[in-house]
Amino acid sequence: MAIEAISVDSSEESRKLSKSQGYTFDLLSDPQAGVIRQFGVLHAQGGEGGRDIARPAEYLVDAGGTIRWRKLTDDVKVRARPEEVLRAIDSLPR
Amino acid sequence: MKRRRNILVGAGFAIVLVGLLSYIPLFALFPSTRDVPWVNLFLFLLGGGMIGIGLGRAHREPEVYRGKVSGAILAALSLLMAGFFCYGVFYAAKDLPISGGALRVGQPAPMFTLPNADGKPISQPELLKNHRAVLLIFYRGYW
Repeated sequence: MAIEAISVDSSEESRKLSKSQGYTFDLLSDPQAGVIRQFGVLHAQGGEGGRDIARPAEYLVDAGGTIRWRKLTDDVKVRARPEEVLRAIDSLPR
Repeated sequence: MKRRRNILVGAGFAIVLVGLLSYIPLFALFPSTRDVPWVNLFLFLLGGGMIGIGLGRAHREPEVYRGKVSGAILAALSLLMAGFFCYGVFYAAKDLPISGGALRVGQPAPMFTLPNADGKPISQPELLKNHRAVLLIFYRGYW
C-alpha cells in the first residue's frame, strides 16, 4: 500500500518538512491546488496571505482507481485515527 | 507586619500559562487529549480558581497578603489567554469550508502526476498498478 501526502507546499518546503519529521512517505506538491480541486477538498484562501490550500482530508483509493474510504473532518484538530485507516484497508479485497 | 507574597495568584497564573502553552507541543500529539483539549481546559479552571482564591485573600486580608493589583492584572491576562485558546480550539479550528463538493466513496478517483519532495514526478496510475491501494493525505501545508 502506498501513502502520499498532498499539499500546496513546494517541493522545497516539503523536503524541509519531511527531513525535520523523518517521514518515509512521499510529500507531493500541488502548488496551484489543481489536484486538490479535483478531489473537492479546496479551502479557498485558507492559507497565509489568502493562499488557496487543501482542507484536511484522507482518501483511500483501490487498485481499480475507485475511492473506497474517505475521512473529512469538520475540525482541523480531529484527524483519522490509525485504527480507522487500517480497518478500511483491511476491508479491501486482496 | 510584612505582607506575604500571594503564592496562589502567581501559581494559578503559571498553571494557566502551562494550560495555554502545552497544547501544541504535548497534548495535541495524542488524539485523546487533542480532539477535546480537556486537560488544558482543566488547567485553566484550576489556575483560574487559584487566582480567584488568591485575589479574594488579598481583598479580605490586605494587611497579610499582597496582590490586589498584580492579582487583578494576572487574572485579566489569564482570562485573555484562556479566551484566546478557546477561540482557537473551538472556533478557528472549525473554520473549514463545507465539504459538499468533496469526492465520495464509490466515485472514481482523479488520476494525476505530482512532484515529490525531491522533484521526482509521482504518477497515481503507476502507483495503483504496483500497490493494493493508495492512501492520499491532503494537508494544509505551510507548517
